[in-house]
Amino acid sequence: MSRSSATGDPSGSGPASSTSPAPHDESPAGGRRPETLPAPTERDSAPPPERVRRPDGTARSERATRSDRLNSRRRGRLLGLGVLCCLLLLSCALSILIGAKLIPPGAVVDALFASSRTENNVIIYELRIPRTIAGVLAGSALGLAGALMQGYTRNPIAAPSVLGITQGAGLAVVLAVFTMGITGMLGFIWFSFAGALISALAVFLIGSIGKGGATPVALALAGAAISALLQALTSALVLLDRQSLDTYRFWKVGSIAVSDMGLIQRVLPFLLLGLVLGLASAPGLNALSLGDDMAAALGHNVARSRAIGITAIAVLVGSAVAMCGPISFVGLIVPHIARYFAGPDHRWLLPFAALGGSCLVLLADLVGRIMARPSEIQVGVMLAMIGAPFFIALVRRRRLMRL
Amino acid sequence: MTESVRTPVGAPAARVRGRVPLRVGPVSTVLRLRPLVALLGGLAGLLLVFACDLALGDYPISPLGVLRTLFGGGDAGERLVVLQLRLPRALTGLLVGAALGLSGAITQAVVRNPLASPDLLGVTTGAGAAATAVIVTSGTLGGISGVVASLGLPLVALVGGIVTAVLVGLLAYRGGVDSFRLVLVGIGMNALTVNATLWLLTVGETQDAGRAMVWLTGSLNARDWDNVVPVGLALLVLVPLSLLGSHALGALQFDDDTVRELGVPVNIARGALLLGAAVLASLATAAAGPIAFVALATPQIALRTAGTPRPPLVVSMVFGALLVVGADLVSRTLFGSLQLPVGIVTAALGAPYLIYLLVHRYREVQT
Repeated sequence: MSRSSATGDPSGSGPASSTSPAPHDESPAGGRRPETLPAPTERDSAPPPERVRRPDGTARSERATRSDRLNSRRRGRLLGLGVLCCLLLLSCALSILIGAKLIPPGAVVDALFASSRTENNVIIYELRIPRTIAGVLAGSALGLAGALMQGYTRNPIAAPSVLGITQGAGLAVVLAVFTMGITGMLGFIWFSFAGALISALAVFLIGSIGKGGATPVALALAGAAISALLQALTSALVLLDRQSLDTYRFWKVGSIAVSDMGLIQRVLPFLLLGLVLGLASAPGLNALSLGDDMAAALGHNVARSRAIGITAIAVLVGSAVAMCGPISFVGLIVPHIARYFAGPDHRWLLPFAALGGSCLVLLADLVGRIMARPSEIQVGVMLAMIGAPFFIALVRRRRLMRL
Repeated sequence: MTESVRTPVGAPAARVRGRVPLRVGPVSTVLRLRPLVALLGGLAGLLLVFACDLALGDYPISPLGVLRTLFGGGDAGERLVVLQLRLPRALTGLLVGAALGLSGAITQAVVRNPLASPDLLGVTTGAGAAATAVIVTSGTLGGISGVVASLGLPLVALVGGIVTAVLVGLLAYRGGVDSFRLVLVGIGMNALTVNATLWLLTVGETQDAGRAMVWLTGSLNARDWDNVVPVGLALLVLVPLSLLGSHALGALQFDDDTVRELGVPVNIARGALLLGAAVLASLATAAAGPIAFVALATPQIALRTAGTPRPPLVVSMVFGALLVVGADLVSRTLFGSLQLPVGIVTAALGAPYLIYLLVHRYREVQT
């Protein structure tokens, strides 16, 4: 676990450092890449690090062709990462350019460099830019958290909303309304953050108390039980109190229309911490996907890597939900889409999921803004309407990436 | 884990603790004690809770009075309360719980995923989305949805659930039904239907949204004989069929090639079992709204209590019925004035028990 495979730089340039052949760390696995279980991909054992890459057209041993294939695969993934980064930049640009009020691109560019408070500048600075930043951050956090959850529970259905973490945040928000009459995201932020953290902790503890420790099945079921319990409490409160119901039904859809940089600034440090922790747990996840015993035999501290993973999940989901409400669907679907393009190796899968989450959230929000001008359709709804058909089409393809 | 003991022909079978071999001429079977104890315990509990559900409430009636009324006696007041109010309600709860438990057990056994349930594969949520659409739009739009609304929410929910299930099946079909693919398509449909519901809730008036929320929580309030009959008939047909299919369910635990060698038509078996599960879940949703958690949790509770390798169908059914009727009893007697929907109480009662079972793991179950 000493080798952190990512710098945690969410811009995507960081994870590329993990593309060099795995160096020998203290694990006896050396350069063996733990590919996940039954994935019908070609075995992908990295060449030993002392081998220099031959120029094309030299020795044609079987080993060389294998490494050629490997290199082409790596090139493909790098290309994918590059495409994702470009897509993210494009989405950001569009998200700032397009909105309810038509502002010509020239004026937008002027606004970015001007400091006068014209109407356009205010719209750009106080509405569109925060919204874009929130979309990037929440999308990457939820995508990454979903991928981590599916990895740790080895269950394709695992996601923040399935394992009770979103429900924890929701209950905290409803409690805040119910007991103190708080409204507005800025008032909710610490409540939903605390709710997510506490429920994640509860899931992890309950899932790991019993005999055999935190097995995937135990974690998944603990999450399901906690999720049902919290949802029941929330529903009861909401049915008792009309104001809570009104707040809750709008909060629950989730929206990245954050009009306040203060909100983002408060959440940002936690979110970055979560991203770093999450990306750093890739090697551990790879080992765990071989089974706990194998991971332990390879020299991984199973309990520690699980604890780090759960912490990352809690912090990521907590900050994303505190900022934008529970945007469903990202955490569930994005990891599967990322797995389709990146393969089962978590060192690739996690950055793909983070970037993919950002792109998907921004684009969905954009479409929601364009379709219903001058009002808008919430991003969570739009995500499902766009994302689900795309996802189902992907699933129908021949090459299905299993967990 | 639960392999039968293979012995050479003619040799006396070795006795294993907790198993009683039964032989009648050429027919033999092995009775396992723990599932049997779980089943009998569940049935006893169900009988007790059902009796209490008939006797207790704002107008308590002695057990003897209940019995008398059931067999044609009792005065007019007792007859009204027991036969017209409590019995249909308790029966609806029992049937809905049984349907959900069975549906969840089949789904989890076929898909081999403890988180798989009709809720997460889009069936129940599809039913919910259809019903929400009718609730939210009937007040404002009238017209088409008004016509639909007159057909009644149950029918709309039933159609919504079955249509969603068939869609999932069709979308997941590629020369066969692959479990993993089916789960993923189910997740996609679930996301679609859940978000459609959420969107409808924000579009509607607060009053309509409140009504929809109540319906979406699942409730047994004001259920009469009209709710009992369809679910009852469907269960009469589907329970024997699914129990017949349980042989195939055992075979489906292996990989597809092995299943074929065992002589089970994989795709037909999988498709038929899942369709049956979807119909059961849709019917239950039509009768009482989408009561969450029962279909997900009772199979796992049953499996851990009975100590079987995969969710046991009959035990899951009994536990599901027990959970829903018990939740109805609790919500009516403890929170009488609050009118808490039963769907809230099922989770509040079932989740702690599931958590207890997880903490005290009697056996490690690999699904």
